[in-house]
Amino acid sequence: MRPRLSVEGAARRLEGPLLFLRRTVEVGYNEAVEVAGGDGVVRLGRVASVDEETIVVELLEGASGLDLPATTVRFPGEPLHFGVGPGLLGRVFDGVGRPLDGGAPLPVARRLRIDGLALNPVARATPRDFIETGVTAIDLMNSLVRGQKLPLFSGGGLPHDRIAVAVARHARLRGAGAAGEHFAIVFAGIGVPHYTAEYFRRSLEDSGALGRAALFLNLAGDASTQRLLTPRFALTAAEYLAFVEERHVLVILTDMTAYCEALREVAGARGEVPARKGFPGFMYSDLASLYERAGCVRGRRGTLTQLPILTMPSDDISHPVPDLSGYITEGQIVLSRSLDRAGVWPPIDVLPSLSRLMKAGTGAGFTDPDHPALASQLYASYAHAAQARLLASVVGEDGLSETDRRYLRFGVRFEHELIHQQAPRSLEQSMLCGWALLADLPRAELTRLSDAQIAAHLGAGPDPAAEAT
Amino acid sequence: MRRATILSISGPVLRARCDDAFAMGEALRVGPRGLLGEVVRLVDDLLVAQVYEDTTGLKPGDALEGSGAPLSVRLGPALLGGVFDGLLRPLAGVLTGVDSPFITPGVRRPAGRRFAFAPLAAPGSVLAPGAPFGSVAGTRPQLCLVPPDAGGEVLDIAPAGEYADDAPVCRLRDATGATRELAMGHDWPVRRARPVACRLPADAPLLTGQRVLDALFPVALGGKAAIPGGFGTGKTVLLEALVKSCSADVIVYLGCGERGNEMAGALEEITALTDAKTGRPMAERTVIVANTSNMPVAAREASIYCAVTIAEFFRDQGLDVALMADSTSRWAEALREVSGRLGELPGEGGYPAYLGSRLAEFYERGGRARTLGGAIGSVTLLGSVSPQAGDFSEPVTSHTMRYVRSFWALDARRAQARFYPAIHPLQSYSEDAQAVAGWWGTVFAGLAGAAVAEDGNEWEVLRRRVLTLLDEEARLERMARIVGKDALQPRQRLTLLCAEVVGEAFLRQSALSPNDRFCGPERQALMLRMLGRFLDLADATVARGATPEAIAALPVLRPLQRMGEDIAEGEREAFAALEAVMAAQFAGLLAAGETAVEEPKGGGGHASAA
Repeated sequence: MRPRLSVEGAARRLEGPLLFLRRTVEVGYNEAVEVAGGDGVVRLGRVASVDEETIVVELLEGASGLDLPATTVRFPGEPLHFGVGPGLLGRVFDGVGRPLDGGAPLPVARRLRIDGLALNPVARATPRDFIETGVTAIDLMNSLVRGQKLPLFSGGGLPHDRIAVAVARHARLRGAGAAGEHFAIVFAGIGVPHYTAEYFRRSLEDSGALGRAALFLNLAGDASTQRLLTPRFALTAAEYLAFVEERHVLVILTDMTAYCEALREVAGARGEVPARKGFPGFMYSDLASLYERAGCVRGRRGTLTQLPILTMPSDDISHPVPDLSGYITEGQIVLSRSLDRAGVWPPIDVLPSLSRLMKAGTGAGFTDPDHPALASQLYASYAHAAQARLLASVVGEDGLSETDRRYLRFGVRFEHELIHQQAPRSLEQSMLCGWALLADLPRAELTRLSDAQIAAHLGAGPDPAAEAT
Repeated sequence: MRRATILSISGPVLRARCDDAFAMGEALRVGPRGLLGEVVRLVDDLLVAQVYEDTTGLKPGDALEGSGAPLSVRLGPALLGGVFDGLLRPLAGVLTGVDSPFITPGVRRPAGRRFAFAPLAAPGSVLAPGAPFGSVAGTRPQLCLVPPDAGGEVLDIAPAGEYADDAPVCRLRDATGATRELAMGHDWPVRRARPVACRLPADAPLLTGQRVLDALFPVALGGKAAIPGGFGTGKTVLLEALVKSCSADVIVYLGCGERGNEMAGALEEITALTDAKTGRPMAERTVIVANTSNMPVAAREASIYCAVTIAEFFRDQGLDVALMADSTSRWAEALREVSGRLGELPGEGGYPAYLGSRLAEFYERGGRARTLGGAIGSVTLLGSVSPQAGDFSEPVTSHTMRYVRSFWALDARRAQARFYPAIHPLQSYSEDAQAVAGWWGTVFAGLAGAAVAEDGNEWEVLRRRVLTLLDEEARLERMARIVGKDALQPRQRLTLLCAEVVGEAFLRQSALSPNDRFCGPERQALMLRMLGRFLDLADATVARGATPEAIAALPVLRPLQRMGEDIAEGEREAFAALEAVMAAQFAGLLAAGETAVEEPKGGGGHASAA
């Protein structure tokens, strides 16, 4: 490592989050920078580009208060690192890993690059361990497995925080595998209001989980460009907990939309060519460098599961933030405003929701042999119900066939009995609830189930089609 | 060694001052860690290069070295069964350090692996460019080819034995008297298409085992297909199914800017599966190029060329090769990102103006051909497209549509109902249908009781019938949304019912079911014929006064709609039995209808025939 270099009086220009320096020292691209102004405050940054004369520094903690003559810049000679070690859990940090809880500084066992390194696809193990979250819409319909990244697509005013807390509190393995495992929760608040951060902290405290959680907080009032660092510090800590301390880590990143807006702000200042809605063209790769840090590694016991939360501006799922996220993450859980209004909790709209890794972790040998077929049939039937509902809204319920009217009733019960829940359910309870709903549909409609499955789970009741005639 | 000194760095793009002359497209080693790069622009004594690895820590003043050759990959026996990064460096064992699961930049190509070589030529014989001069025994026999730019008289050739794939095993003297040493593998520049003797027209389909593709929207061997779809519509799942079950000899699977976990899953599955044709592990016919979304973006741009070069190499051995690229949109985005860093004027959607021509170049490298060595081989290109917000009018999708012959559009609504594969039958098309009609004609002719029609063979007739039915359904659905289903004529209600049956029985194919995961051409033909029979019977029965609702209530509909899952490959009798049951139930319906009260005139449709 080169010695730490310090430069004074080289600052020539400040433009938004960019600081232009005369190149008087040897620094490498993307290396870390510590900028101190006349006010004595130290701000983190990184080298955004460098040529023979100029070093362009991206200030990641806001530029206000800096003045050109008094600015001192220090170059540690390496990219941004985070010193992590035992004792991470139970602590609260700011967005760049400095303790906020008044506790002692963190003992450093390893210094890790906050950007991480790409996990070799060959070294990855396929995520297969089913996590029971207690939420039927997830467990039964869109199962989560360890090592997956499954975001919540939400909107302002929807209870995504409550769902994330419910998942974090209940998440467990089923059966024998559950004993003796070490869990940890890493929470990264990215531009969230104080009360959201406080809600998470208090909920974790109330359930006694704070001792195995680490919180990284960039609040709404903090520098917006620091939001680019917060998830990286949090994920670096999570990787340490997962792959060094061999824990099963659940990372909650909220709110990814705030992260993307900060990215847009910095990219705009750098003069990057914008793609859609002003967001930079490299946002896909940038988001991937965060989301892809979830996974399981062959030969290591720990896993890193991500539950990012993003709020869709005006509930638009085609907005670049959810759109690009959806292309990277392994599915998405979409919240619905109309279900929320109808008092359904959790208001998860299962139709646009998806878990891509569900097939790897459900079925015989993982959950229940009939679990995939049941979920598939519930999906088909609920989609039919949604179509019947659309038709009914135009031609009225009387214009529907008897079967379609059955589907209408199925749709209502699906939302209010299966999706809606007052307490966490085990997968078995969720499945029983699903079979009970299907019992009301004519057997001939259940084309996703085999005769054996129908006989085993619905055999006792009469065929509603026969009843009707 | 040609050298240059770095002046500036911004992301994956750098500028340098040359001490020697560099060539456009020349491969570079950059900085103290020897990162891979490529010259993309030359101005006086300045060069602009893109670097394929993380440039963190590079400084102005660092040196870079030219290799004297364009970006090339080593083609040879080490490819089959391997997993490589976007620049064709093996990912298994080599790129990872001793115990790090992470990829570290600056890794070089490993030393040659050893393979069992057997000569196919004798000293004194004359070899044309592209001719085989040896074979490699192993799990799957491969040929050693004379590079397309070499050829001549064999001076000497090594006896059978084990050699490293980069050790010379044969010496040629060409017409000018120059000698050239050949190894089992040779280097080839990735951006240059490997030459062929001549291109040949397509005449047979690449069988995918997916009914909706093979029977309705076929792709020929040597064809090109695009799979566009928004996120969650099942592009990757479909491509992975094709990797496992399609009828090509060699599969090149390119994961371009996609998910690491899915890549790991695909790897595990391919390793575990057995190829039905050869009884060997599926992995042995597969080459995987994995450049996940968090791996360097410029390498993503190069990976698509590496993959298609590999495909061409196997084609030159006389094999049918399928290249699955998931996803071409990520490649286009890499192109956009690098273009932006180069300061090029952005075109539509921020993509560079040459996006269309680059796509055309790529798809043009597919096709069926007579190779330089005289064999016949093909490269079939299957590329997924990830349009932003599922909008097919965006630049990548719309340009791709101009160059592909088969278009398999994925539909979000079907995917939401977990109706897989979620191919939208009205937005999809295939220009190869005519070319493979003869092939399908023989499949149907191989079944008992083949029908002959004037307007095409049985397959063409049935295919047209299904597509017309689905088209009609869409029209009626729109109408029903205004007037209600009850207000439709019985014949129209029948169309809706038939389309639903065709959808469940034929278009939907369950990847969960061991029977239905793969559907061979004969079973597809039997199912298609069964549905043809169903449509005939239903039409005739409604024409004689039965209601569509009565048909919907027939018990046979359930086994009919589940025949894909319930009837296994090769069970012809089961289809015959199902057809007999169906015929009997329709006959019963008619008999009941005719003894019952006369059907009210005007077709109110509420009276049940039962």
